[in-house]
Amino acid sequence: MIRTAAETETNRMTISQQTVSREVVVGIPQGLHARPADLLAREAQRWQSRIEVVGSAQRVDGKSILDLLTLAAEAGTRLVVEATGPDADEAVAAIGRLFDRNFNDLEHQTQS
Amino acid sequence: MKFSDFVTLDAIRAHVDATTKEGVIREMVQALVDAGRISVDEMEGIIKAIMKREDLGSTGIGRGVAVPHTKHPSVNRLVGTVAVSPEGINFDSLDGEPVHLFFLLVSPPDRPGDHLRALENISRQLRDDAFCRLLKAAKTPDDVQHLLEEADSHGIVS
Repeated sequence: MIRTAAETETNRMTISQQTVSREVVVGIPQGLHARPADLLAREAQRWQSRIEVVGSAQRVDGKSILDLLTLAAEAGTRLVVEATGPDADEAVAAIGRLFDRNFNDLEHQTQS
Repeated sequence: MKFSDFVTLDAIRAHVDATTKEGVIREMVQALVDAGRISVDEMEGIIKAIMKREDLGSTGIGRGVAVPHTKHPSVNRLVGTVAVSPEGINFDSLDGEPVHLFFLLVSPPDRPGDHLRALENISRQLRDDAFCRLLKAAKTPDDVQHLLEEADSHGIVS
């Protein structure tokens, strides 16, 4: 099939704007405190996609530690990580892994 | 949670003398000791614990703000104070900027929820540029207290 340049461009744009999301659970006993929020923001900043974290009452910028702290997400809280952009898939997978691994068991590294 | 729930008014410092990270932490913990919130015997242990937490990653969370903190068994409720450095202090903050506003928290080990809610309150209020600007410009502990009360009641109207 032969595509025109315009069609190819539209296609690329569609792919680059894809939105991917997944649910995560805060497993850290202390909740999403400053240190995991920092790790999460740093991970989110590695990706081009816009990344948002959605709590029960609000949607915040996943690349901002200040925003993430306003979630006050305690242990057991369910959040949705949503990425929109060219690397949305990888971004959501990487952030999901942080939650799955309990932020590499921060609690074993002394204080919050 | 509101500022009035954890900020010790007598320990507010509107103009810290310190020029270093450890210096400002020490000055704030000393202020809590002077205000009777922390026992003098625990002071060095608390400073050490806060510095140890900073070693894991700076609590300078950007926008000229830092939230040095630790859990400590010697307190039975969340204890905090606020300090301002008009000159700014190098705190190895996440955005590399000097820190002007400090919110120091010491919480009981078994109350992680209170700590989270204090962080929530601080970060939510600090997203307001007017609040940050006015706090940085505060000249006296009364100025700081007034701004915190205003933020507690309805947010800063800019």
